[in-house]
Amino acid sequence: MSNKKILQAPFSDETIRSLRAGDMVYISGTIYTARDAAHKRLYEMIQRGEQMPFDFTGQVVYYAGPAPAKPGKPIGSVGPTTGGRMDAYSPTLIAEGLKVMIGKGTRSAEVIEAMKTHTGVYFAAIGGAAALMAKCVLSAEVIAFDDLGTEAIRKLQVKELPVVVAVDSAGNDVYKLAISSYQVKSL
Amino acid sequence: MKIIKVSDITNLVEKLCIDACCVISDDINNKFKSCLETEKSPLGKNVLSTLIENAKIARDECSPMCQDTGVTVVFVKMGQNVKIEGGFIEDAINQGVRQGYEKGYLRKSVVRSPIDRVNTGDNTPAVIHYEIVPEDIFHITVSPKGFGSENKSALKMLTPSEGVEGIKRFVINTVSVAGGNPCPPIIVGVGIGGTMEKAALMSKKALLRPLNTKNPDPVLANLEAELLDEINKLGIGPAGFGGTTTALGVHIMTYATHIAGLPVSVNIGCHATRHAEGEL
Repeated sequence: MSNKKILQAPFSDETIRSLRAGDMVYISGTIYTARDAAHKRLYEMIQRGEQMPFDFTGQVVYYAGPAPAKPGKPIGSVGPTTGGRMDAYSPTLIAEGLKVMIGKGTRSAEVIEAMKTHTGVYFAAIGGAAALMAKCVLSAEVIAFDDLGTEAIRKLQVKELPVVVAVDSAGNDVYKLAISSYQVKSL
Repeated sequence: MKIIKVSDITNLVEKLCIDACCVISDDINNKFKSCLETEKSPLGKNVLSTLIENAKIARDECSPMCQDTGVTVVFVKMGQNVKIEGGFIEDAINQGVRQGYEKGYLRKSVVRSPIDRVNTGDNTPAVIHYEIVPEDIFHITVSPKGFGSENKSALKMLTPSEGVEGIKRFVINTVSVAGGNPCPPIIVGVGIGGTMEKAALMSKKALLRPLNTKNPDPVLANLEAELLDEINKLGIGPAGFGGTTTALGVHIMTYATHIAGLPVSVNIGCHATRHAEGEL
């Protein structure tokens, strides 16, 4: 576990291209939370040609809806939610520039295709390790859709958030690769 | 005759909501540690040690292990002669949920209607199951259920001719399709028999059985062991990153059923499968 690979967000295309499915990396810098309800709104805003609440270029979206912050803490427990539920919206958002994603679980062929076309990367955080991940968050501020509560878009400053490259920009998928190497075929 | 005050029910439910979300049960934490020894994938080992560390932080700081503090599922087991005083039991339970989720800084994830999807703001209403028993007891289990795992659960009405092989195929297929989404290593609750809703409820109750206990029915105990072995051969591994620890346990409950039917329900519990219990 030496040589911890720390990536600074936002990401350049060069950084994205250097990542390989299965790499364990740590993300520091600015990231944005958005999950189901926020994705639906962003998608509808794009359809209507409206301006996005933040500049997507190189930015990281974290599929998460945090628990409430205790007094004196920037945020409550904040682990990843299932990425597959964003599949309906992601190809459109990726085309708009929001192509670095953190979630958990597999993505659709359409999302992976969009990542290959636009040089995107999908990281998986460890589902359920939310108390630990809250400790990586230095500050949090709601920047859009305040009425959505936990589903509002939050701008987070994070330090060394632990993630695994789940799907790289060439379309390699850790969920397929790693699983097949530990699968014991039944008769 | 036991007399229970509604205010005591509220206070107990409040405490159990917080305990269930912040304190991992010993059987699960011990199982993480033994799986850390046997897991073959380095990344899988890394995930298991992260989960152990996460559980420790949650317990020490009394913060929720997972941000998805779920729909609050409450199991009430009460004696037929117990008398509830001072109000309606269901209101008392929901008030306990309201207080627990507020005081415990737990996330409110419940929407008032599956159609309009407006958040109720206090995680109520709870999903409550009552069981009437002859003993003079009042026992509550609170089991917050996150939807990463709940969404991957499934129920199927098999035909009797599909038999044990059909049951096995359905359970393994459900776990395989779920993959990394329900936060493995998972606990697999299986309800077999009864009617459709009886099977579903058994599969959820089965998740509550401690991991270190054996099914008292030797036929079911064997089936559990066989299924666990098969599931761990799927290669899904901790967090779905590949590995030999996909499930921590398979728990089966059965009930009498119809000559024409074989209902099977699979309820998947995440690696925390949170629950806390108490008595009044």
